[in-house]
Amino acid sequence: MHADPRGVLTGVHFLDGDHACCEGALTAGARFASGYPITPSTEVVERFAARVPTLGGIFIQMEDELAASIALQGAVWGGAKAFTVTSGPGFSLMMEHIGYAAMTETPCVFVNVQRGGPSTGLPTLPAQADMMQARWGSHGDYGIIALCPNSPQECFDLTIQAFNFAEQFRVPVMLMMDEVVGHMTEKVVIPPAEQIEIFPRRHTSKPPADYLPYETNGDMVPEMAHAGEGYKFHITGLTHDERGYPVMTVPAQDKLVRRLQQKIERAADEIALYEEEKVDDAEVVVVSYGITSRVAQRAIELARAQGRRVGKFRLITAWPFPEHRIRQLAQRTKAFVVPELNLGQMVREVERLAGGLSRVLPVSHAGGGVHRPEDILQAILEAAS
Amino acid sequence: MSEVRNPVEPFLRMDRMPHIWCPGCGIGTTVNCFTRALIESKVDLDHVTIVSGIGCTGRVAGYVKLDSFHTTHGRAIPFATGLKLANPKLNVIVYSGDGDLSAIGGNHLIHAARRNIDLKIVCVNNLIYAMTGGQTAPTTPNDAVTSTAPYGSYEPAFNLPHLVEAAGAVYVARWTTYHVRQLARSMQEAFAKKGFSFIEVLSPCPTLYQRRNKLGDGLETMKYYKEKSKVRNGAPTSEVGLTMQGEIIVGKFVDRDRPDYRELMRHRLAETLGDRYVECEELVCS
Amino acid sequence: MQLTEIRIAGFGGQGVILSAIVIGKAACIFHGGYATMTQSFGPEARGGACSAQVILSDEPILYPYVTRPDILVVMSQEAYTRFSPELKDNGLLIIEQDLVRVSELPEGTRLFSVPATRIAEELGKRMVLNSVMVGFFGAVAGLLDPDSLRKAIADSVPAGFRELNLRAFDRGFDYGTAAVPLVAENSEHEHEHAAKYFDGV
Repeated sequence: MHADPRGVLTGVHFLDGDHACCEGALTAGARFASGYPITPSTEVVERFAARVPTLGGIFIQMEDELAASIALQGAVWGGAKAFTVTSGPGFSLMMEHIGYAAMTETPCVFVNVQRGGPSTGLPTLPAQADMMQARWGSHGDYGIIALCPNSPQECFDLTIQAFNFAEQFRVPVMLMMDEVVGHMTEKVVIPPAEQIEIFPRRHTSKPPADYLPYETNGDMVPEMAHAGEGYKFHITGLTHDERGYPVMTVPAQDKLVRRLQQKIERAADEIALYEEEKVDDAEVVVVSYGITSRVAQRAIELARAQGRRVGKFRLITAWPFPEHRIRQLAQRTKAFVVPELNLGQMVREVERLAGGLSRVLPVSHAGGGVHRPEDILQAILEAAS
Repeated sequence: MSEVRNPVEPFLRMDRMPHIWCPGCGIGTTVNCFTRALIESKVDLDHVTIVSGIGCTGRVAGYVKLDSFHTTHGRAIPFATGLKLANPKLNVIVYSGDGDLSAIGGNHLIHAARRNIDLKIVCVNNLIYAMTGGQTAPTTPNDAVTSTAPYGSYEPAFNLPHLVEAAGAVYVARWTTYHVRQLARSMQEAFAKKGFSFIEVLSPCPTLYQRRNKLGDGLETMKYYKEKSKVRNGAPTSEVGLTMQGEIIVGKFVDRDRPDYRELMRHRLAETLGDRYVECEELVCS
Repeated sequence: MQLTEIRIAGFGGQGVILSAIVIGKAACIFHGGYATMTQSFGPEARGGACSAQVILSDEPILYPYVTRPDILVVMSQEAYTRFSPELKDNGLLIIEQDLVRVSELPEGTRLFSVPATRIAEELGKRMVLNSVMVGFFGAVAGLLDPDSLRKAIADSVPAGFRELNLRAFDRGFDYGTAAVPLVAENSEHEHEHAAKYFDGV
């Protein structure tokens, strides 16, 4: 199905990433957001609060991030498409409800405009140090999806993608922006609504008598009903069976938790989006994401100017990680260089998948700024030597 | 001989019986009153949704045959806030315990009351954390022994009706599980009331609170409720604080009107945005 | 339009960020090119020093930061002191002439100055000095056609101030069309002369 034209600001704009993210959410059909102010993410909901009353929707500022991250899920079960937006400390508070969304299979989007941490850290400055938290932050085993835009245009495009994945897989999707991308202003092209694909809610077509909230077929994703439609269903964060009823047994746990993880893992090739350039004959492949991918680009060009065969591999989806492709590349590349604004997070995935076949060189940065391209260049030259 | 059925059966998920509550526990009694209120008020059950947090009372959502959500600890109210805003046709009842609503969820309780979100809160107060083994709650009266206050509690307790009235609730009542007819009537009134309504129900926990404090069983507690309760409708909520085995002031304390959140939102946005305002009814996505 | 790095700096309240937005918007929306604007956020961005970076290009821009600006627009002495050493050789320096005293300049720097605050005050609103600066920039940099910049201003300011800002833009643009640059030379004597010249005005 196509986007509802009423929410779509078709045209060419000059927007920062936060504002573009808001437009992406409205284009995707989000008509509810619950938030709590936190730098550097608040501009997303500020724009939403201004825009959504003209589109028949609601923004509510809640009393904290715990409330914000569960109010949106109430709205989803009431029928809405909904999201919340936060940064570092707020993201930590939301972990409980990322788990709840994963367990109850509530389709929703969490936007995290990453800033320096831990704790209050660097409120106004960038980092990419919440990447592992995004994957593993809530207790227990589950699958999630995380996307990493590197421009305001992608903040728009990937917010729509985040909502589409959320609906397709009934999973919380995290849009892992960073402060630089959030506050950087660039050209954003919003296409006509009829050119924008929207994944509709997987609403059940069964009558209430035949409906089981967590019955699944081939693709492991159950169909949804909304409150107030006569289904009289039960939803719980406890381990549950197909009826949604709590069941405290090992087989029930095994069946449910494996499905929550596998519904994402088995579709990883479809979900794990990436961009690559000149990787086929590369001696070194630079793996990066978000703002760092644009800094790495300069380093790659400098290295190529010195005659090095350097490939670029940009993660658009961070989770699930593009395992197959990295394994393939590890067969023929001498080394991977992984710059990121943290002390080594996604690089662990690359190391794991390289499996000792190629060297893996992290280029760490504690956050607060971006890398100097020369530092990445140095790692490339070292890797190539 | 025709089978004799309990009249509340159609309201319960009978395939989930027996329930987990202990003998003498009052939660089941409150559910009985709740179903009675549903019957009497003739509300469309398709549009009644129940939201619970975590704890013994949090399990209510799992046993009633309604759209029901068993959420996270303390967060039933913010979940219900999102649900109600997304679909204003729903009659949203938050059914949870004293610890869930007033400790871990205390911030949400006062803010939902402040905003006057149209929610009906049923707070079953057993004076203790029961599900986890009888620890001190914000409602535990002074002197009471709990598993985490083995020498008696010395923390001042919350007076919940006073708290929620101060925060802005439009309807505040308190009953005990002895007052089944009054409780059912209060629930019915709350269903019909627009805005943030709060009903506190004192309920025994024979397993943990009564036993540990040598107060007898569930029946003994009923006798206490009967003997020490005093109905004082309209009593100032500042005067209804509870003490260990002391007098229990019950009744309807607050019944007032003020615009609810949606009405305030609609009024403000229509006034400032004029024709540009698109009023939301149900936020149902396709 | 080849890749051009621009830094605009001054103090809070001068419309530094809005100037950068107008230039970026003109390039992206009305000129059909690309622009990347970044700015410093946080307490330091309020009241005190304020700066924004814009990169313009006909191609999508990859590396988003300005390292050696081709063009530096400064509206305060502090901004001048801080950022003028970054200016590329043979770069373009645009100053608010009543607020900035130029001392040392790299060889080949082309210096243009405009009394933007005074012009804005003549127009009745000091706050439109940024539109004067943008007009002046438009004329002396010659990167974007003036119509794109005018449209970007009209698109960026509140409707009630549109006419005033466009007049401010035109005044700045006209001033720039008539302006003659001072080209810095690597001579002690000339350098002193330049400094004296600007001190005296």
